[in-house]
Amino acid sequence: MAKKNGTLKKVLRYVSRYWGFLLVSLFMALISVALTLYVPILVGRAIDCAVGAGQVDFPAIGKILVQVAVAVGITAAAQWVMNVMNNHMTYHVVEDVRRRAFSHLQKLPLSYLDSHPPGETVSRVISDVDQFADGLLLGFTQLFTGAMTILGTLLFMLVISPKIMLVVVLITPVSLLVANFIAKRTYDMFALQSKTRGEQTALLDEVIGEQKLVQAFGCEERMLEAFDEVNDRLEKCSLRAIFFSSITNPATRFVNSLVYAGVGLVGALTVIGGGLTVGGLVSFLSYANQYTKPFNEISGVITELQNALACAGRVFDLMEAEPETPDPAPVEECGERGSVAIRQVAFSYDKGKKLIQNFNLQVQPGQRIAIVGPTGCGKTTLINLLMRFYDVDGGSITVNGVETRKMPRRQLRSQIGMVLQDTWLKSGTIRENIAMGKPYATQAEVEAAAKAAHAHSFIRRLPQGYDTVIGESGGSLSQGQKQLLCIARVMLCLPPMLILDEATSSIDTRTEQKIQAAFQRMMEGRTSFIVAHRLSTIEQADVILVMKDGQVIEQGNHESLLRKGGFYAELYESQFVQEGPKP
Amino acid sequence: MKKLWGYLKAYRKECVLAPLFKMLEASFELLVPLVVAAMIDTGIAAGDKTYIMHMCLLLVALGVVGLASSISAQYFAAKASVGFAAKLRHALLDSIQRLSYGQMDTLGASTMMTRMTSDVNQLQNGVNLALRLLLRSPFVVFGAMLMAFTIDLQAALIFAAVIPALCVVVFGIMLWTIPQYKKVQENLDSVTGAARENLSGVRVIRAFCMEEEENKEFERRNEKLTRLQQKVGKISALMNPVTYVLINVAVIALIWTGAIRVNSGALSQGQVVALYNYMSQILVELVKMANLIITMTKAAACGNRIGAVLSFKTDQLDGELEPETRRGKVEFRNVSLRYPGSGAEALQNISFAAEPGQTIGIIGGTGSGKTSLVNLIPRFYDATEGSVLVDGVDVRQFQKNALRSRVGVAPQKAVLFRGTIRSNLLWGNPNATEAELQEALRVAQAEEIVRGKENGLEEPVAQGGGSLSGGQRQRLTIARALVRKPEILILDDSASALDYATDSRLRGAIASMKNRPTTFIVSQRAASVRFADLILVLDDGKIVDAGTHEALLARCEIYQEIYYSQFPKEAKSHG
Repeated sequence: MAKKNGTLKKVLRYVSRYWGFLLVSLFMALISVALTLYVPILVGRAIDCAVGAGQVDFPAIGKILVQVAVAVGITAAAQWVMNVMNNHMTYHVVEDVRRRAFSHLQKLPLSYLDSHPPGETVSRVISDVDQFADGLLLGFTQLFTGAMTILGTLLFMLVISPKIMLVVVLITPVSLLVANFIAKRTYDMFALQSKTRGEQTALLDEVIGEQKLVQAFGCEERMLEAFDEVNDRLEKCSLRAIFFSSITNPATRFVNSLVYAGVGLVGALTVIGGGLTVGGLVSFLSYANQYTKPFNEISGVITELQNALACAGRVFDLMEAEPETPDPAPVEECGERGSVAIRQVAFSYDKGKKLIQNFNLQVQPGQRIAIVGPTGCGKTTLINLLMRFYDVDGGSITVNGVETRKMPRRQLRSQIGMVLQDTWLKSGTIRENIAMGKPYATQAEVEAAAKAAHAHSFIRRLPQGYDTVIGESGGSLSQGQKQLLCIARVMLCLPPMLILDEATSSIDTRTEQKIQAAFQRMMEGRTSFIVAHRLSTIEQADVILVMKDGQVIEQGNHESLLRKGGFYAELYESQFVQEGPKP
Repeated sequence: MKKLWGYLKAYRKECVLAPLFKMLEASFELLVPLVVAAMIDTGIAAGDKTYIMHMCLLLVALGVVGLASSISAQYFAAKASVGFAAKLRHALLDSIQRLSYGQMDTLGASTMMTRMTSDVNQLQNGVNLALRLLLRSPFVVFGAMLMAFTIDLQAALIFAAVIPALCVVVFGIMLWTIPQYKKVQENLDSVTGAARENLSGVRVIRAFCMEEEENKEFERRNEKLTRLQQKVGKISALMNPVTYVLINVAVIALIWTGAIRVNSGALSQGQVVALYNYMSQILVELVKMANLIITMTKAAACGNRIGAVLSFKTDQLDGELEPETRRGKVEFRNVSLRYPGSGAEALQNISFAAEPGQTIGIIGGTGSGKTSLVNLIPRFYDATEGSVLVDGVDVRQFQKNALRSRVGVAPQKAVLFRGTIRSNLLWGNPNATEAELQEALRVAQAEEIVRGKENGLEEPVAQGGGSLSGGQRQRLTIARALVRKPEILILDDSASALDYATDSRLRGAIASMKNRPTTFIVSQRAASVRFADLILVLDDGKIVDAGTHEALLARCEIYQEIYYSQFPKEAKSHG
């Protein structure tokens, strides 16, 4: 309950930004409610002017009907303005929440993003926000008018006949109790529905995202079965949530008919006693209708809000996930550009399992560091730490004489050009992708970078050249072409340090030779960390880090390591050890 | 849209009962004004208190019956709509899974996701509401009109005039907004796409300090969506005020006419009240109908988008043959391939034959067509010309799944699924024994990965592979392919992240397998294909040369270039 209230407060904080609209909307609601309530009184009076044959006061009826017309015109205008204001508020709150949620995503540490399925996170930013918007829209339009109708009706009824009002006031709380009871019971059902839906989205994200693989293994049936399991659960919990919340409406409508009968009884008796006209009774009966209608609506809104709050809760959970430690102010770099010092670094993903321990490395500007070792030895981890995707658990990493934790991440990362094993391109044109690190680069600069990465010739052959739009995750480009674009992307920025992570593994040797030459040129005078398997390129490295099981087990240059005859020497020899089918 | 109704068929009973109970409830509601009129004309006029009491008890009784029918209606509607949605999601996934690779390339995953999630939800809401209100509201509206006719013909004519006017307004607004909601949904897709892409590229985005630009791009799409939603909202916002005005114009006319009729003695005061009450009921129902129509227009837009997916026919016809002999001979006869929408041929006139158990190396430049070539064997794509034969039969004649069950593929992108290492391996063959899993791991050089994990085979794997390194993922995907004991094994550059020693041990292990599959090795490394029985050298979609390592090294310029760039020592001794 406390959490629910907290969520509500946060939602209201977003709404409060549009207090101007809120005020106008409230004011319009007030006008529309007051006039809507006034119309039945006018109608009642008109009916009192037509008692029986020959007993009709036409001039009086005419006057009253003109008043009705005016009231109706104003009400309609007020309603329209109110609707527009409410739409404006709701959609902007959604926009605000989405924008903030998305920008919060940009600040979340990678440890969070690596451990939460992307599909689920997307569903929080998109469909949960939508669901809670729908709840809000219903809430705004109906909660205010509802509350005001109730107050207004009470007031009008008090003026006409306090006795009948008492009947109404005594019966209606039942409606509230029923609605409240149902809302409480259904909150958990909606929360379960929301959770199950998230689970389903995560599964779908995988199955549809990797559909080709599913088909390659003929696993469509099995995936469908796995999906059906979640789908069945969703069906069951949705049915419960939807059915139980939909009882609210008939239940309150029943209370409504009780009120109606009560008003009829007391009203009719009062008319006989002479305390009320027939027209007065008619006004009262239509009040009895209008008075309980907002209770219907409010209870409807409350169930909708339950659902909305459950979604909002998930959205705020995301938005309140601990962001990365804040960046310090930019610092003056005191050391030489391109120098790196790693001192007694300890790190692990899972705090229970030690990975990197007591790692030390001193890199002079312009040096080339090759990281080699069997797969899974912790090379990617080293990159995560150098780029500060993850923070070290102990020790320190110093770049350009400043400890990386003491400089803004932007300052650190803009020093380092990175080409990762996973080639990621954003949907957009080729040009936009190359110019990612330098959005205002000229066409000549982009082309020069593409030429340096040997991507120019294939780009030129594409239908629209540099303006060719590539789809989601690179679309129709081949793996190698994507890789060339990733290299061109770095070529354009030419930062003082480089990280190359098995970057050339999917590029054919002929192209790679040319790229190697370009890399050589690029690496000239730049500190470079190279994770590669081609020992021939590693031979020229100043320092070779040989890693195994997260530890740097050997460190030195090619000759010294070979002389040592250790693990590196073994690796080196194995390049020429052939165990093919032929002897 | 028509296609969708089929999925409601299983709930035929509910679909009939829900509106039926709703109309039952409405019928009782329609009696209320008559009871009130009787109360005024008989009870009040005569001062008969017992009569009034009875009438009020009747009102309560009507309420109780109404409650019971309404709750039943809600239940049936909820059951039908939720069940419908579940069936639809199942059918959608089934339909999406049948799409060919080519279709998936053009359609994209994120639109499919929206279809399956928010579109289906909207449709579910629409169906639920429609079952409850679609018949009930018009029923009440026309019922009220009918009752009015039984009271007084002249006054009832007002009803007859105003109801068509209301229909014009309501349906007019509906027609106006449907296309707009379609656009809103498209824009929502684009916002979803931005979020997905951001998450998938988070490392690159941060490395390039692109967070701000990403925020801006997201904001741009987000704002566009908001603007469109507001525009549509403004139109929908007209609905309530306009119907309110129309109804009250009718009320004014009704009272005026009523007054004239009362004056001439044709109507009683109570009957005017009843007529007025019927008009109010119409208003209440119309407000509901307006909301219903808004939800239904949204639902219809979603329904159309869902229907479009369901009606996608796979562009690959399934064959009928089930492979009989299990040998694994693969032959390409003058095969050409052109991807839809692209100008140049990805493959041109490819011909070669691989005998059972042979190893075929495929080497060549980026974009030379290596992956395209191997993708034709399990029919991921279909050749545009020529034919691909497995054991002498054109692959298009096989049942697709039967064909694919004979082929093990380790794709370029090493993707693992959420679950455990074991569940990932079982992808290859759900019935694999423990010994078979271990054997696959051993051949794929992946034993030590499992050994290094605390939970062994039960080690959890996150979506996308998570905590495993690229090389570990690659070896596990190879193991996964081997678990199915394929006759044809395709390693599509799937050892690229392995060091040379592991790569070479892997090839050795495959070569010494008992039932050695016909193996296709796509690679950039000459060392990986060196000992193949046949090496195909591809360039620009064509086979420029084919032969053994020795033959190619002696005569093929491109192969020489590749080889010596990787084995400089031999180049020195050679040259």
